[in-house]
Formats: sequence, C-alpha cells, structure tokens
Amino acid sequence: MSDLTHLSISDLRTGLAGKKFSSRELTQTYLDKIDKTKELNAFILVDRDKALAAADQADKMRAAGSNLPLLGIPGAIKDMILTKDVRTTAASKILQNFVPPYSATVVNRLEAAGSIVLGKTNLDEFAMGSSNENSAFGAVKNPWDIERVPGGSSGGSAAAIAACLAPYALGTDTGGSIRQPASFCNIVGIKPTYGRVSRYGVVAYASSLDQVGPMARTVQDCAEICQVLSGHDEFDSTSVDKPVPQYVAGLKKGVKGLRLGIPKEYFIKGLDPEVEKAVRGAIKQLESLGATTVEISLPHTELAVAVYYILAPAEASSNLARYDGVRYGYRAQGSKDLMDLYCRSRSEGFGQEVQRRIMIGTYVLSSGYFDAFYLKAQKVRTLIAQDFQKAFAEKCDVIVSPTAPTTAFRIAEKVTDPLAMYLNDIFTIPVNLAGLPGMSLPCGFDSKGLPIGLQLIGKPWDEETLFNAGFAYESGTEWHKRLPEMAKV
Amino acid sequence: MISNEDVKKLALLARLNLSEPEAQRLHKDLNSILGYMERLQKVDVSKVDPMSHVHGATNVFREDELKPSLPVEAALELAPDHSGRFIRVPIVIDQGGEN
Repeated sequence: MSDLTHLSISDLRTGLAGKKFSSRELTQTYLDKIDKTKELNAFILVDRDKALAAADQADKMRAAGSNLPLLGIPGAIKDMILTKDVRTTAASKILQNFVPPYSATVVNRLEAAGSIVLGKTNLDEFAMGSSNENSAFGAVKNPWDIERVPGGSSGGSAAAIAACLAPYALGTDTGGSIRQPASFCNIVGIKPTYGRVSRYGVVAYASSLDQVGPMARTVQDCAEICQVLSGHDEFDSTSVDKPVPQYVAGLKKGVKGLRLGIPKEYFIKGLDPEVEKAVRGAIKQLESLGATTVEISLPHTELAVAVYYILAPAEASSNLARYDGVRYGYRAQGSKDLMDLYCRSRSEGFGQEVQRRIMIGTYVLSSGYFDAFYLKAQKVRTLIAQDFQKAFAEKCDVIVSPTAPTTAFRIAEKVTDPLAMYLNDIFTIPVNLAGLPGMSLPCGFDSKGLPIGLQLIGKPWDEETLFNAGFAYESGTEWHKRLPEMAKV
Repeated sequence: MISNEDVKKLALLARLNLSEPEAQRLHKDLNSILGYMERLQKVDVSKVDPMSHVHGATNVFREDELKPSLPVEAALELAPDHSGRFIRVPIVIDQGGEN
C-alpha cells in the first residue's frame, strides 16, 4: 500500500470499507506525520487521545454495519471554529484558554457524517491577515518553501493539506482566506455562496462576508466535504433554506459550451507575469475541453480593496466588542476599575493587526465619518455586486482569473506595510463583497517552484458549475498531483 | 488626515490602551490606510442603495417558544472570576467622597 496520507477521500472510504486499513491505523498515521512536521506550525492543538478514541469508535460502528459518508475519515478544523470541550483560540491571546461549551454546526455535521477531528489549525489572529504571520501561536511555514508564508488567514489548514497531514481541512473566508492560501500551497479550496453554509459557532470577524468552506487536494474531495457542510441551519438566520445539489454525482458533466468570462480588470500591472502565463494556459486548456471564452468588464474592481477595508474592520470592531475580559476570555489582572479592566484586557489580549482593524472600524463608524466612509463603502459594494450580476446575466456562466497576483512571498516581507499586504487580496475580495462562490485550484508553478492558483467565480448558489469546471480542468492536468518534499516524510 | 489626538480618542472609544510608540505607529498606519480609502470619494453613488446583506434578507422570525439553552453553571465556568451565580468585576460605581 502506498502512503495512506496521499489518498483521496474516496480512496480512503474504499480502503476502510475493504478493511485494507482501520480508521485507527489511518488516524495514527496522520498523527505521526503531524509530529514529524512540527516545524510547519500548522496546528495549534492536536488531541491524539481524543482522535484515536473517535477512530476506535468509527471502527466499531463500521463493524456494526454503519456506512456513513465520512466514517473513520479524519479532518482538521481551523481554530476559528468552535469544537466542544476542545480549546478554540482564534489564534488570539484573548481566547488562549477558551474551551467552548458547544460545537459549530459545521463540526456537528462532519462528526454526524462519521469524520474525526485530528486537531485545530493555525491562522491569522481572528482570521485577520493574508500571510498567517499574525498568530499569537507563531507564523505558519509554507511546505513548498519554509522561508515563505502559506498565505492566510487559513494558512495552517492550507499547509496541513499540502503536507498531507489531513485529507481535508475547514477554512473560513472573509476576503480570500480559503482561496489565497490554497493558491500559495497547491491545493483546492472553495468559499461557498454566502448563506450556503452555517456560521453558527464560527468566531465572528465580518459577519456579512464570513463563510466556511473545505480545503483539500482535489476538486472531488472538496465537493464531498462541501456536500456535508451545506444546508440551512436554524441557528444561523443568514443560512439559506435552498436545496443542495449532489455535487459529486454531477462532476463528470464537463465544460462543453460553458462560457468563461475573463475580466480585463484582473489582468493588470502588478500581476506577476508567471502567474498570468499559467492562468492564460489554464484558460486555453478549458477551451480545448469545449468551453468558450469572452472578455468581460468588472469596472469597479479597483475599489474593492478600499470597500473591504472599511466594511470588514467596521464589522470587526463591533463583533470584537464582546471581548471585554468579563464573561469569558483573557482578563488583565490588577485593574483599578471596570473601564481599566476593559482597556487592559483588550490591549494585552489582542495582537497588533487586530487592534489596527478595530481602530479603523471604530473610525469609519464614528459620528462625522460614518457617511463618508461606511455608508459610502456600502454603496460602492452594491456597484461591485452589480458588476458581477451584469456579467453573469449578459455574457458568461463562470468567471476565470488568477487567485492572487503573486506566488507565496517571504516571511516578514510585507509585515511593515499593511497596505501592501491588503492589496494581495485584490482578486478574492470582490467575490466576498458580492456573496458569490469562489474556488481556487492548482494551475502551475513559477520558476522558483512555487504554486500558482486559478480562481473560478460562480453565480450565486452555483457551486456545482465550479466543481464541474474544476474537475474537468484537473482531470486533464497533473499540477494537483505534485506534492512538496515535506509530504513524503 | 487624522491627528495624534484623534488616535487617542479612537483608542478610548475602542477600549484600547495604547503606549506612546503604539499610538504613533497606528497614527501613521491609519493615515496611510485611510488615505487609500479616499479613492471612494470620487465615485458617484447618488442613485445607489447601500448593501448590508448580499441576498437582501430582512428579519428572520421564529416562534417565541422555550428551548433548551446553555446551563448557567456551564456559562459561569467560562468567566474569569465569579461568585455564586454572578460574574465578579472590579468596582463599577464611583463611590465618591473619601473612599
């Protein structure tokens, strides 16, 4: 048997069902590999005993005849997502000892499908960042080059998948936090349509933009996990009660006649020529499979970063007001009164980038600036969403673009310039602002051997077409099969 | 452009204590970031509605009925300091006088 950790979810299912290996053996193999790759810092917490007990339970259930879709298959959970009785930190000192009394709906769904939680993956504190350098638990390294960032904020999840430390992981995506690290680490990640997946039990960053989604090494694996995650949840009033298609069953539809929109505003100065070449190559490949292409315009693209960095910090400053050192989380010692306790707990508990965004958010919501910044940004958000509506109504079924303007940059390269860091999200942010589904998948490597991601953007609720197009492309290419040396230990 | 004083006022609103070097660093960052936001001012949005929710959802109601919720004891376990069924905090009300 080849390395178990390289297998896809469907191969794992077949192997478990055919008794080629037990869930305990599989889980043990992943846990051992996590131990051997500690320098990546992909995990904040690994609960070996709990994972192995769950694996034994899964093996017992299988012996008793259960065939749940993910029975005995392990996964990793971004530490932004609550797991009952397992510490959840959002990579922040302010939650460093927080043990949630309940699990997020997505975690309950995965466990009900038979899956096992291996551990909690590292991230930028409160999912604020594009490099995973803003973690109170230290930066995550990119398995393709440990001197480079894995992207963020779901950097731990992306690094774990690239290094084969889990078959799938959950990420969250507010402005690109699933797709950009997927791009930097040569894996697949999808941010579903806003409202497709429950946010209940997910630490809130910017509630009108946040969405949970899967990260894995193939399109089919992402489709399998997305199937389990999707659907209405009475505990999240923004989750929508719509039927969820059978994603895996439809994967072989192909792309014949599919109209691909190529947004001219996404192929601009600042886009790394090697990234552009790989993305253009992927578009040609899709054409050779029967898709047609059409140039489209999304004229408000250049405003998206400004809109996002008003709205997201505004929502964050409000959401993070709950961390006051009173009801749960970190409390500073020796405060002289309640006000002092609030201020000191928050200053000592939040990291630098989180404090920066709280300050921006407080500013744009404060009286005198609300209309000029917050309200204005909400209006320009409408224009950005309308750009997409028009393109989909008139010209195309899917939009194809690079996921990020560059490949993975060096650790510490951008930390002193927050604006340069923010501009890294220019191609992913508009998708969150418009609430659309977006996927990143491997489409090549640059001359330094670093992965390049292709982004597919769909109509609202049309994850299905992204999976189909992604699957068709992936089936004709080998990029996703390349693994970093670290995955072979 | 915002001033150093503005930064201190904002920090108070946000319930953050900033040291002098932190305040200076944030002052610089905020001016750079807010300067970038200026590009929005040239966009004509006089006929555009603001978007707060992508699918235009409004209120979502449910029946007002009793359902199980987190037990008080479990919630109190999470509090940094509690006494009986109450969360304990430092003094809130100014007692005035010589106290």
